[in-house]
Amino acid sequence: MKMITAGIDCGAKNTKTIIMKDGKIIGKGMQLTGFDQKQAVEKSLEAAIQVAGIARDDIERICGTGSGKTAISMANDNVNDIKAMSKGAHFFFPDARTVADVGAEEGRAAKIDENGNPIDFAINEKCAAGAGAFIEAMANALEVPIEEMGPLCMQSDKEIPMNAQCAIFAESEVVGLIHAKTAKPDISKAIHDSMAGRIVSMIRRIGVNEDIAMIGGVGYNPGFMAAMLRELKVEKICIPDEPEYGAATGAAVVAAEEA
Amino acid sequence: MAMADEDKKEFWRWTESNWKNPDIDWKPAQYITIGIDVGSVSSQAVIMVDGRIYAYSNMRTGSDSPNSARNALKFALETTDLPEDRMDFCIGTGYGRVNVPFADRSITEIACHARGANFIYGPQVRTVLDVGGQDIKAIQCDEKGKVTNFLMNDKCAAGTGRGMEVFSELLGVSINDVGDKSFQYQGEEPAAVSDTCVVYAKSEATGLLRKGWAQEEVLAAYCKAMANRIYSLVDRIVVKPEFAVTGGMAKNRGVMDRLMPMIGMERMKTEWDTQIAGAAGAALFGYALCQRGKGRKK
Repeated sequence: MKMITAGIDCGAKNTKTIIMKDGKIIGKGMQLTGFDQKQAVEKSLEAAIQVAGIARDDIERICGTGSGKTAISMANDNVNDIKAMSKGAHFFFPDARTVADVGAEEGRAAKIDENGNPIDFAINEKCAAGAGAFIEAMANALEVPIEEMGPLCMQSDKEIPMNAQCAIFAESEVVGLIHAKTAKPDISKAIHDSMAGRIVSMIRRIGVNEDIAMIGGVGYNPGFMAAMLRELKVEKICIPDEPEYGAATGAAVVAAEEA
Repeated sequence: MAMADEDKKEFWRWTESNWKNPDIDWKPAQYITIGIDVGSVSSQAVIMVDGRIYAYSNMRTGSDSPNSARNALKFALETTDLPEDRMDFCIGTGYGRVNVPFADRSITEIACHARGANFIYGPQVRTVLDVGGQDIKAIQCDEKGKVTNFLMNDKCAAGTGRGMEVFSELLGVSINDVGDKSFQYQGEEPAAVSDTCVVYAKSEATGLLRKGWAQEEVLAAYCKAMANRIYSLVDRIVVKPEFAVTGGMAKNRGVMDRLMPMIGMERMKTEWDTQIAGAAGAALFGYALCQRGKGRKK
């Protein structure tokens, strides 16, 4: 069946669109969500349409997901974040049975079956401690651009435990470490270790089943991924080239399945 | 005294203070006891002369607990002519209680806050709400200020003094003015922002400011969120009258005047600085020990 579908993930930080044709990605677009979710949705969809080189009317079904999914007025359907992440990870890595999704404001983990359907999940919502916002707040306290946090952390092999879970308290702790003349790479590693620890404890709650896949923008951070490997004591975590499109991909898959 | 306007960038910096009771003479005293409360954000020293408050100090906690404890004591002694070696017993309490170098022992802040609230508010107190820099505690106690039950918040800044500091800094409003300003908004009381995470409340507030909300309106929305969060803890214990609030948040009417209607009670009033309750409790425990002959050997 020839069919073009789109998945739109309106997240806390970015809005992502994936256009799929016959099970292949043919277009993608991203836009900062900002304060006008509707506009971000429109722009990311438009960008993806451009890349795909199709007309808007060619899209048969659109499925929305993400914390701002209610702003996706053109969607035929909505899918919850857990299903979107599961289907998305399954699309890239059909052998994956455990999936983590670490985005700007939420962290999640799901156990999935051979069809990419979630069986069990754990979620950290409404708290910055297990999400990208945590690293962002710490980057502010360290006065390091967020892109440099991961590479900085890779330079350290020290183990400094962080006591604070809460990002606000951790900020004071980081300031304390700076005052104690702790090197920035060591502080950065402590930050990544502590956050990876929280995501891993969530994964442990639902059980670790290989292969493990991860999606979400935090996947770009090599320091975080290295910390995840250490905490999980595994060799490999599968991660797509552009992990932030994971949930949008899942939504596009769902749109095709439910047509 | 370090005043808020000394450094214009530090809106969170509340007023540090020290005080001496001019009517008390320490020289004929039997026991002089000291309570030191080293909290995560503020530290206090209370000097008691035979169970009465003779002098106290209230300051910001520095980067290490022993120094914060020393500084608090020094600041309290500054107002007096009491020599430091005249003290008979010293008890440390609070987050940094084990790091008070000159303390004879330490007692948990839960016990000290109940005992201190009993002293500064009177023996009718049955429920003490302590909202400090990092902790929220709801404590039930008897007429002697002995703890019968308590609850504490999770390791989260939502609803704490630290969370309020973050907002005063974000909005550029001195922490002393937050309460009054939050009631200066002329329109309808806005809905609360997120009460689950300060980081998210902060990004929500930034969005509201960009949308053109007045500073006062955002403050009202945040004070309401703080009240909601504190109430969710208080709601989990049985609130028996009388109800008293200790800690720095007791000074913020933006939060308190929104919280008390939810609880459906009036809070007790005091002339004392509500932040010294823990240190006062510690000094009282020291006095009681001395009276029972368990003080320092001379």
